[in-house]
Amino acid sequence: MSILTGISVWLIPLFIATVLVVATIKRVPAYEAFVEGGKEGAKMALSLLPFLVGMIVAISILRSSGALDAAIGLIAPFLAYIGVPSEILPLALIRPISGTAALGMTTDIISSFGADSFIGRLAATMQGSTDTTLYILTVYFGAVGINRMKYALKVGLLADLIGIIASIIIVTIIFG
Amino acid sequence: MINIIWAAMAVIGIVYAALFGNMDAVNKAIFQSADDAVALTIGLVSVLVFWLGIMKVAEQAGMLKMLAKALSPLISRIFPEVPKDHPAMGYILSNITANLFGLGNAATPMGIKAMKELKNLSGSNEASRSMITFMAINTAGLTLIPSTVIAIRLKYGSASPTEIVGPTLLATIIGLTGALCLDRLFYYLDRRKSG
Repeated sequence: MSILTGISVWLIPLFIATVLVVATIKRVPAYEAFVEGGKEGAKMALSLLPFLVGMIVAISILRSSGALDAAIGLIAPFLAYIGVPSEILPLALIRPISGTAALGMTTDIISSFGADSFIGRLAATMQGSTDTTLYILTVYFGAVGINRMKYALKVGLLADLIGIIASIIIVTIIFG
Repeated sequence: MINIIWAAMAVIGIVYAALFGNMDAVNKAIFQSADDAVALTIGLVSVLVFWLGIMKVAEQAGMLKMLAKALSPLISRIFPEVPKDHPAMGYILSNITANLFGLGNAATPMGIKAMKELKNLSGSNEASRSMITFMAINTAGLTLIPSTVIAIRLKYGSASPTEIVGPTLLATIIGLTGALCLDRLFYYLDRRKSG
């Protein structure tokens, strides 16, 4: 663990130093290049704003209305029937939609059931092995102005489903 | 599809709130979350400016090309439509590497930059095959070390906070394999449909 955190602390500064040294040796105008790239980044961030506002507001309407909790309540009995703890369902549903909400739920599950409980380990694995599909779609396609996503959303959401099912099966086999 | 999902999330929420008397909470949430989204974007500005600046230096120093060349035998199988030493390859690889090491702050700008290069290649506002493949890899949640989760487990007194690294990696690999297979499947279905 301490080695791992050590590596990630060193990685970024070392990477930056390497880039700057190589650039200087190759006589690249490093500062000018940095500013040029940075300008592009500033433009990108601004163009992202409407995409993020739109998506985040819609998600928060759905959550704050209680509709999402109601949907979870409907599916939970079915899951309990096949042996999946229903407490994990909110996390599985929210994970593709909102990264911060999912992290909050994982923390909540771990704090109330214990880090080494079955459901705590399941939540941790699920959190670590999937990513926020809707956010990635919004940011990646929004920033470059893609307005026809074709089958991207289907692939992303089905991949999340596979990751979630895989987490449940793997954690059940290893820790069950 | 995204248009329908987006509208449906908002409309379902509003109708549900109307039926069960939560309109107050919805009203508050609309303005609060719009505010949050702006704060999130501003948080992204520093990260995007800094990393795209550094990556521009790396690009001009020829480092991205080197990286792309070194790993292209593997990656060009996944992205058959991207030329081997195209800058998109370098950004795709940088994004994947940053994701693997859990450097989310660095991964997003490189991912966006990769998308931009892929858009230059396709020259259209429609998501290209390579773009969707790249998106699929990202949504599968590549991680070697889920450091945030480990930190939470540590905080809540786990006897062995890192024991979920193996299961997480396994689940990620299955998710990634699934994502790439689905990506291929939908690509061929889509091509058949459009003739």
